[in-house]
Amino acid sequence: MEYFLSEQQQTLKGLARKIAEQRILPVRAELDEKEEFPGDLIREMAASDLLRIFIPEEYEGLGGGSLDLCLVIEELSRVCGGVAICYGANALGALPVIGYGSDEQKKKYLPDVASGKRLTAFAVTEATAGSDAANIRTTAVRSDGYYVLNGTKQFITNAGEAEIYSVVVMTDPAKGSRGASALIVEKGTPGFSFGKKEKKMGIRTSSTRELVFRDCRVPEGNLIGREGQGFIIAIRTLDRSRPGVAAQALGIAQGALEAAVEYARQRVQFGHPISAIQAVQHLLADMATEVEAARALIYATARTIDAGAKGFAEEAAMAKVFASDMAMRVTTNAVQILGGAGYMRDYPVEKMMRDAKITQIYEGTNQVVRNTIALEVLKRKALRE
Amino acid sequence: MKIAVCIKQVPGKFKIEIDPQSGALTKSGTDSMINPFDQNALEEALRLKEKHGGKVSAVSMGPAQAAESLREAIALGADEAILLSDPAFEGSDTWATAHVLSLGMKKLGPPDLIICGRQSLDGETGQVGPELAEMLGLPFVSSVSRIEEVGEGSMRMQRMAEEGHHVVEMQLPGAISVVKEINVPRLPSLRGLMQAKKAAITVWNGQELGADPARVGSQGSPLRTVRVTQPQRSAQREMLQGSPESQVDEVVEKLRQSRIL
Repeated sequence: MEYFLSEQQQTLKGLARKIAEQRILPVRAELDEKEEFPGDLIREMAASDLLRIFIPEEYEGLGGGSLDLCLVIEELSRVCGGVAICYGANALGALPVIGYGSDEQKKKYLPDVASGKRLTAFAVTEATAGSDAANIRTTAVRSDGYYVLNGTKQFITNAGEAEIYSVVVMTDPAKGSRGASALIVEKGTPGFSFGKKEKKMGIRTSSTRELVFRDCRVPEGNLIGREGQGFIIAIRTLDRSRPGVAAQALGIAQGALEAAVEYARQRVQFGHPISAIQAVQHLLADMATEVEAARALIYATARTIDAGAKGFAEEAAMAKVFASDMAMRVTTNAVQILGGAGYMRDYPVEKMMRDAKITQIYEGTNQVVRNTIALEVLKRKALRE
Repeated sequence: MKIAVCIKQVPGKFKIEIDPQSGALTKSGTDSMINPFDQNALEEALRLKEKHGGKVSAVSMGPAQAAESLREAIALGADEAILLSDPAFEGSDTWATAHVLSLGMKKLGPPDLIICGRQSLDGETGQVGPELAEMLGLPFVSSVSRIEEVGEGSMRMQRMAEEGHHVVEMQLPGAISVVKEINVPRLPSLRGLMQAKKAAITVWNGQELGADPARVGSQGSPLRTVRVTQPQRSAQREMLQGSPESQVDEVVEKLRQSRIL
């Protein structure tokens, strides 16, 4: 399908594909097996400007929008959803600063993010707070020009590897979600350490750890936006980043579809390739249709965002839910088409199936993200009455 | 340091077939790319520039579409790109190619160092580099796997040998060819790619190079390909009979007869 990408976007997509095929493909199985963070690959992407694209031009970025980011994440995910999330989570961590940071904060942090000198991470989830962000227990108490942080964040992507953390904490627990604030915490700040590295089902190359704060003193100047704005910053950041998760799901599914097509053409049973069997053809047809439908929805959502739409929570939620559910079905069917081979780790599709699963879970489970869609749908109807 | 890198555009995915009529090789390619060894040559040039400063010029002899490979060189970081292109150059063998390149280098202004890939992916002769150096009267070191040091007027490097490597010192200006072990070529950056789309590629034709028509193209090529044939592939099968022992003896005997053992 023709999506009328600009010349720069076509170049960007081609570059991301080149990096994925030349650099990521040869090591993706090993990275998955060893659960190693792909630091060298991230540095190489940085050298190719891929970490620059989502940073505004005035802070040494290339000022690209949501679609640019989606194109890169899609191409990386087509080869490895794990490496793609290390890249994507870095963009996510920078979003609160880009959207709500002061000029001073932007000047201080964004050029380093653009060059890849420092990676970022975003932290909301805790043992007691995930979808229920109002139940955050990590506190930040203001004292002598500092915020003193105590608490533990859980399941934080890029934890340990990132240098800059956008952390949502409670500055006024009595106010519930209105008492949350977002703070920038730098790695190496006394009282800030990392918990154990999680062993995951998929995206195993990415680092997922706890952030542990014990009387960690963060300068007041690190507050993003205003006190009490943390919850809204978190919600808006996720609205902005969900098309990225959708693009990750899309790329994983595209990779699985291609692997399934290739295998179906090679695998001979009953004297002909299994691609000649209509049952297999129909599976492939459904997979291809769903992948393309997701792509159309994601690109349209990203373009809505890039056009400067004020609200896009619903579109972003739709893209995320649709693409991730699609990716789970498509990767499962890819494993089915490869049969016994598909179940083996020598073939790439079982990893794609494992990697796809997370896209239905993180940045809001698909159940809680559906609430966002339903709320908008019902609100519209109510407003018309 | 002025460095010139010789670049050949080669087909990216290609099929080599032999024209049954003429016996000539037909190389049909869909994509094209910079010859892999030349990518290593360019990478090494860029690294030397990053370390010692200077300028990197990418030079290619080829048809108009070879400009695409030169654009790629600019995207990777080359400062300028020169295409030596003239219909009269068509059919040049390695000698005529080296002659055209030598004219290009003279017009460019003699570089301190010329870096070539060890050989091309399609022709695989490995001759253009040394011939070019000879024509320019420059010292030449082939199959360089590591540049150890670049000093005033000389450089020290390692060249691959059958077993191990030689450490060689060469005067500058000079020319080298590199092997793929020397580095891992970088990937382009988005800014580099966008810049390269707009970059001007200098094109010099035979007249601008002052080329003698008798010394370029098929006319200037001493090499004549008389005939190219494809080896006949045949497979024969023979079932052996008798006891396992006698069959083994028979197999060994047959392998001896075919001079495999």
